[in-house]
Amino acid sequence: MRLLTHNLLSSHVRGVGPRGFPLRLQATEVRINPVEFNPDFIVRMIPKVEWAALLEAADTLHLIQVPKEPIQGYEHNEEFLRKMHHVLLEVEVLEGTLQCPESGRLFPISRGIPNMLLSDEETET
Amino acid sequence: MAPPGILNRYLLLMAQEHLEFRLPEIKSLLSLFGGQFTSSQETYGKSPFWILSIPSEEIARNLMKRTVCAKSIFELWGHGKCPEELYSSLKNYPVEKMVPYLHSDSTYKIKIHTFNKTLTQEEKVKRIDALEFLPFEGKVNLKKPQHIFSILEDYGLDPNHIPENPHNIYFGRWIADGQRELIESYSVKKRHFIGNTSMDAGLSFIMANHGKVKKNDIVFDPFVGTGGLLVASAHFGAYVYGTDIDYNTVHGLGKASRKNQKWRGPDENIRANLRQYGLEKYYLDVLVSDASKPSWRKGTYFDAIITDPPYGIRESTRRTGSQKEIPKGIEKCPESHVPVSLSYHLSDMFFDLLNFSAETLVLGGRLVYWLPVYTPEYTEEMVPWHPCMKLISNCEQKLSSHTSRRLITMEKVKEFENRDQYSHLLSDHFLLYQGHNSFREKYFSGVTKRIAKEEKSSQE
Repeated sequence: MRLLTHNLLSSHVRGVGPRGFPLRLQATEVRINPVEFNPDFIVRMIPKVEWAALLEAADTLHLIQVPKEPIQGYEHNEEFLRKMHHVLLEVEVLEGTLQCPESGRLFPISRGIPNMLLSDEETET
Repeated sequence: MAPPGILNRYLLLMAQEHLEFRLPEIKSLLSLFGGQFTSSQETYGKSPFWILSIPSEEIARNLMKRTVCAKSIFELWGHGKCPEELYSSLKNYPVEKMVPYLHSDSTYKIKIHTFNKTLTQEEKVKRIDALEFLPFEGKVNLKKPQHIFSILEDYGLDPNHIPENPHNIYFGRWIADGQRELIESYSVKKRHFIGNTSMDAGLSFIMANHGKVKKNDIVFDPFVGTGGLLVASAHFGAYVYGTDIDYNTVHGLGKASRKNQKWRGPDENIRANLRQYGLEKYYLDVLVSDASKPSWRKGTYFDAIITDPPYGIRESTRRTGSQKEIPKGIEKCPESHVPVSLSYHLSDMFFDLLNFSAETLVLGGRLVYWLPVYTPEYTEEMVPWHPCMKLISNCEQKLSSHTSRRLITMEKVKEFENRDQYSHLLSDHFLLYQGHNSFREKYFSGVTKRIAKEEKSSQE
């Protein structure tokens, strides 16, 4: 699971609503996997990122050199874009958990794939 | 150069399959590249010859880099219902538009294609020679000409009634071929990872085109299965997400769908499929998730949602939920032990899908999905509706004598507000589709009736 994905996921446990975001990340196995740098795609993603959640997750994984916020003129700043590319796309959590910050419910990540299934009692009506 | 505002006429030579899907594909692609569909013809029907106006050759070339429905495109220089009409049409074509391709330094070749008839070599040469009046000054080069011109003769669509003379003759400068070779190179037969209902390659590209997928888009498939639809979108440069409720399919485990193969190998998963075609960099993530209970946060971040939901025939429609008694043989997720067995009414599934699309698509983003219908009861009104989504196209593919599926394309035209979530529940449209919740019974009703008939007649 990439950090871009983590940034888009929320808990849907019943009653939790928007307080289900962001999920608390815990990783036991992480892999750095190089991905071809595409600045145009990163530029498109920057406005969609929830920065506090990204920084929190990056911190949990002990990532360094993570920009604290989008800088002025980021569209043309290759250094900034490359750092964001690395954080969003090249760090993969292979094993770990995502935890609902409100209910504590754990969603496992295995082989890089999160399992978001909940039973009927646990989900929103 | 033609003055701005004058549209140039082109001839599209279309492939004769997925007839209903062709026009929406061309229209979607033209709008993707800044053109608009303009044609003097009322309708094309079953014909493979489409004359249309396109603002520039660049747009025409971009169209051909995407279409799997069109074989080739030609800059149309003349056409007529008989040779005389063709020649006079050619004489009316502005010479200044011809000259750049005919000057003495250039090389060219003239080809002739006849549809629904075979001509002798002698007959072909005669027709090419008849065009001598055109101001060709270049040299003929049959191997590697700079410019290729084509005569196309249309002898109709009925192989049992081939006319003496063609219905239409066209002459044009060949510009580009379409992407029909993708159908073979992406064939499911050669794909590493397949399932029982993996989408035919041609249709998966058509779906991506109906969805106006473009480079750097994010495309999502909530019923991803083995990822065939993601492969098509990734081929066009989109980054892809998928979810599926089936743990084994998402992880690439369990029984194989290939004949003569028992279990899936290590190279069989969605990521491996993308890797097979050199598209792994477009793989974002896949998740095990229930499409009726999505885990995406609030926001609009999908450019397209392209999917083939289960119809309940070869794959079951399911969602998570508790039941008093879990029937034997129902798959459980080993990790979360969530029973996955509650049947998912088709109408609820489309309700959820449309709502989800309205919430998470960017404005202008498209939803492309298959809607199974029981033909005797189908009416256009029952196509699911949503106040934020506009219906773009509805194309039928027959499945059996009494069932078909329709490829529905919708575009998000209005931002989602909370009250939109329920307004289409009150719509009559929605209630009409609920008859299809028993799609599975209706699908098999024809089969069971036939079996009963056969048994009866064999007993007599």
